Amino acid sequence: MGRLDGKVAFITGAARGQGRSHALRMAEEGADIIAVDVARQLPTVEYAMSTPDDLAETVRQVEALDRRIVAREADVRDYPALKSALDDGVAELGRLDIVSANAGIFSQGRADELSDESWDEMIGVNLTGVWHTAKAAIPHLKAAGGGSIILTSSTAGIKGFENFAHYVSAKHGVVGLMRTLALELAPDMIRVNSVHPTSVDTPMIQNEMLYALFAPDLEPAERTRERLAERFQAMNALPVPWVEPVDISNAVLWLASDESRYVTGVMLPVDAGATTK
Amino acid sequence: MTGRVEGKVAFVTGAARGQGRSHAVRLAEEGADIIAVDLCGPVPGLQYSHATEEDLQETVRQVEALDRRIVARKADVRDRAAMKAAIDEGIAELGHLDIVVGNAGICILAPWDEVTPEVWDETISTNLTGIWNTVQLTAPHLIEAGGGSIILTSSAAGLKGLPFLTPYVASKFGVTGLTKAFAHELAKHNIRVNSLHPTGVDTPMGEMAGEYPRLLAGNERLAGMLTNSLPIDVTEPRDQSNAVLFLASDESRYITAMAMTVDAGNTQY
Repeated sequence: MGRLDGKVAFITGAARGQGRSHALRMAEEGADIIAVDVARQLPTVEYAMSTPDDLAETVRQVEALDRRIVAREADVRDYPALKSALDDGVAELGRLDIVSANAGIFSQGRADELSDESWDEMIGVNLTGVWHTAKAAIPHLKAAGGGSIILTSSTAGIKGFENFAHYVSAKHGVVGLMRTLALELAPDMIRVNSVHPTSVDTPMIQNEMLYALFAPDLEPAERTRERLAERFQAMNALPVPWVEPVDISNAVLWLASDESRYVTGVMLPVDAGATTK
Repeated sequence: MTGRVEGKVAFVTGAARGQGRSHAVRLAEEGADIIAVDLCGPVPGLQYSHATEEDLQETVRQVEALDRRIVARKADVRDRAAMKAAIDEGIAELGHLDIVVGNAGICILAPWDEVTPEVWDETISTNLTGIWNTVQLTAPHLIEAGGGSIILTSSAAGLKGLPFLTPYVASKFGVTGLTKAFAHELAKHNIRVNSLHPTGVDTPMGEMAGEYPRLLAGNERLAGMLTNSLPIDVTEPRDQSNAVLFLASDESRYITAMAMTVDAGNTQY
């Protein structure tokens, strides 16, 4: 018997990386999935973003587990599109129990050099998009008699970092949103928690732009995955450079399941101890 | 289906009943063998009934009914020699140690000016020094096993200054700090250390809830501090055990130095 048998989960940013991993881990434990992803490049993002093929691959992998999935391309900043994708999914799958607000982007620049476009796109996707996701889902969770909302923040939602003030601001904002939603939704038995990953081994960190940010002293040819591992490891307390997507998914799964039925308002770091250093 | 802590051995303090028994049984359900200790005796000034040797035997029975092995000993977490003997005997029989649950604790309700030096010492020594003993005596075995997970039971009162519990609050804030300090020193050994922060749990400790009306008389404004934001009054031991299981399992292999609340929103309210 699965730990989420009979439940339906809504996941944003589900085309690849952590979002796909969440979809698969929850499907393995019996959930049906409503998946959305922007599935295209955004102008201020320097690494290659997900594609419609990536989203189709998530669909294939969930269906290979004999679970149902409704997948739509939607930008979390576009509330009508997001709501329509979710409403379609609920109409097809019958209910909604779990929300994983995972969609997010990364870009960099010192605070005095960030462009308005970069700031707005970051806050739009990583903060306003999370609020949109919760807003669209709340009526469905209330209709189901309760549920669990998991917001993806970051270690950058707990402490400051140089070179990406807009990301840090958005991820701290997610914590405030989580705490307020936890209070507002508690009477309806809807729980709201955040997860705070350290570096996760996905395309968002394994790219030349981030390597240059972490190892400006090295020549581009020297910026290998192995060399960068030392830099990433220095941020963590446990002796690991980064964590795997499934490690975040296991935390999301626990928060999504009834095993955590009285856990709300929690910031759950999956950070190898990075934020307490 | 393989259990979530299959093949692991867990040491649980305060395992005769309540949350400790629930942790032992939940971990055993998922494949762990258990080393259990409990004071099994009276505590001066306790406002609820104390655990007995029969209670500890019942934990043994329930774990064995799950076809898991258990080594149970009567031991006071303040008595390092007795603790060391229990740990050594348990590991000699079960082979290794992977999980430590520092759960033993006492709680005595009193307004600040009625706390005696005896109650202060009893609470700090059991709830804080007992946890330090538990970690310091078990960590070498986790290092030998190549890593492990330590879960220390603090409380909502380890994050928030709940009223009429001054020694308890001090001991539980101490556990919150001890967790983070141990987490860093033990990280290089791949040992994770996290604290658990329950709100009210339906156990024999709850028998003392009858004290509250007297204490709140004249302190009505403080009653709100005890409120959960989720519409429930009390959690079940199994709710706490499910968090212990998650933190004990490899599902949380990169989670350390965390304060895990299972508090129905109490500390956020």
